[in-house]
Amino acid sequence: MTETKFGIFGGQYIPEILMTEIKNLEEAYKKYKNDEKFQNELNKLLKDYAGRPSLLYFAKNMTEDLKGAKIYLKREDLNHTGSHKINNVLGQALLAKYMGKKRIIAETGAGQHGVATATAAALLGLECEIFMGKEDTIRQALNVYRMELLGAKVNAVTTGTQVLKDAVNEAMREWSKRTEDTLYVLGSVMGPHPFPTIVRDFQSVISKEAREQILEAEGKLPSAVIACVGGGSNSMGMFYNFINDKDVKLIGCEAAGLGIDTDKHAASITKGRIGIFHGMKSIFCQDENGQISPVYSISAGLDYPGIGPEHAYLNSIKRAQYIPITDEEAVEAFEYLSRTEGIIPAIESAHAVAYAKKIAPKMNKDEIIIICLSGRGDKDVASIAKYRGRIINE
Amino acid sequence: MSNIYKAFEKGKAFIAFLTAGDPDIETTKNTIFKAEEAGADLIEIGIPFSDPIAEGEVIQNANIRALKSGTNVHKIFDMVEDVRKKSQIPLVFLTYINPILNYGYEEFFKKCNQVGIDGIIIPDLPYEEKDELKEFTQKYNIDLISLIAPTSDERIKEIAKDAKGFVYIVSSMGVTGVRKEITTDLESIVKLVRKTTSTPSAIGFGINTTEQANRFSKMSDGVIVGSAIVKIMAKYGKDSPKYVYDYVKEMKDAIR
Repeated sequence: MTETKFGIFGGQYIPEILMTEIKNLEEAYKKYKNDEKFQNELNKLLKDYAGRPSLLYFAKNMTEDLKGAKIYLKREDLNHTGSHKINNVLGQALLAKYMGKKRIIAETGAGQHGVATATAAALLGLECEIFMGKEDTIRQALNVYRMELLGAKVNAVTTGTQVLKDAVNEAMREWSKRTEDTLYVLGSVMGPHPFPTIVRDFQSVISKEAREQILEAEGKLPSAVIACVGGGSNSMGMFYNFINDKDVKLIGCEAAGLGIDTDKHAASITKGRIGIFHGMKSIFCQDENGQISPVYSISAGLDYPGIGPEHAYLNSIKRAQYIPITDEEAVEAFEYLSRTEGIIPAIESAHAVAYAKKIAPKMNKDEIIIICLSGRGDKDVASIAKYRGRIINE
Repeated sequence: MSNIYKAFEKGKAFIAFLTAGDPDIETTKNTIFKAEEAGADLIEIGIPFSDPIAEGEVIQNANIRALKSGTNVHKIFDMVEDVRKKSQIPLVFLTYINPILNYGYEEFFKKCNQVGIDGIIIPDLPYEEKDELKEFTQKYNIDLISLIAPTSDERIKEIAKDAKGFVYIVSSMGVTGVRKEITTDLESIVKLVRKTTSTPSAIGFGINTTEQANRFSKMSDGVIVGSAIVKIMAKYGKDSPKYVYDYVKEMKDAIR
């Protein structure tokens, strides 16, 4: 394991034009990571602004219904802006400030990371530009308006397939035009080093809290933690402080879309293979010539052809396992959790709920599962209604 | 040592870039011949990639057109083999790392050597990661061409001392594409490169007019023109070779 890699995965595969700035970021992060003032300021923001710690909620109804393992939900959906994305964004935006940057840019798929970034920019007085695939700006028009309301400029990306991967391409291109006053706030545990490490560290607060909370509530560790995986930020955050607890299974749920035997999925680990893209060596969905495949999921947040390098590593050493979950299974879980617990989960998080539903009944009653409920589902209501054949206006 | 040095033997070098398979492989081949006839000293052949993050819109679109026309690396190797039956002009590939990894590093560079490729430019393989390929580029005598950017600063020496083929100096910030003005202090960059290595250097990114070509060729050993040529290809399609000939001739004359 080198400083920039997890096993063979990770690295810094980016144009020379960005290397100096990436090195600056590496240095700055090293410096502020252990800087008391920075950490105090960040912790204060997480507590007073984002609303941390997030609850670890015992899902009594779901547990009784499934008649197996006890189910807990780590309620990242209750954070300000409605998802785990704010954990990372507050960290990186604050880092941008400490580095003397005036402007932050970010990619977004569903708009959750974009909204979180625009929020942090508004709070910390930074200029903000968001890159979002044209397709996604149409699918998630409400979030586009939210970002604009928060003072951000939203650029609809019309290149390539006009979705998340193209938004990342465009944000990188923009960054290579202007690094002096600008930091790219990457939304997931992906991209060139040091982003996968930075984002994981900022998201690891999820498992730091969850581990303490479950020990306090149950006096023991869970048998499994489950989280959805696109790029993999909420799952990496959920896994991180359990990695050394060898008896805790780490389970990531990838988007199987219409099924892994179709070409409409985003299941990188299940169907992809090793590649180098977006600055990292990892696992990607690609064709026989090494062209990155267009991917699909009902969930815009999981609609990405790759996965963060640390996940690729955890998979390679078999410390974590990755399970494909279809649109249909996720939608069922979305409805199930709404009905059973009165909690409408993000369609992304519903992928994790779906797998918990499958395995919980087969587990003993003294076992525990923690599901990372990475976001709330208000944003998905219209598209799930449409999936079920009902057209409603947002 | 590859044949790249020959491109710099007859005064300032004019380096022409085109995306293979835009609009089709046959036109690419004919355009290479025409560009050589017009005075180009080296041809950069772009192997199209779905997500070329260092490219501006003009070359991005050429990549899309080329992929849509069914271009793949196998067809491009065949084309190079064909070109080599008639021409000995130095040829380098420009592509991203993923298609090469996918082909297999050893197989890819072995094939490059077989068909007569002299060098390769990989925009997403910076100095830090060059060990990824070093073993194979050396074994098969393919020059891995390094890029230096306006932001490279203290990295310049480190990069230049290992330079093979030629040093690709990126004229300005951002991605490829024609620019009206280029304000980077390129003279000091070239000076530092020359202090460190005897490998020639050429300036690229944004160059499209004869005036720019003239100015930047005086600062270095050659100029690289991509987007301006690709624009001609986009406009004239299969009829491009004669228009590229006229353009290259005019540009080459401007740097003589």
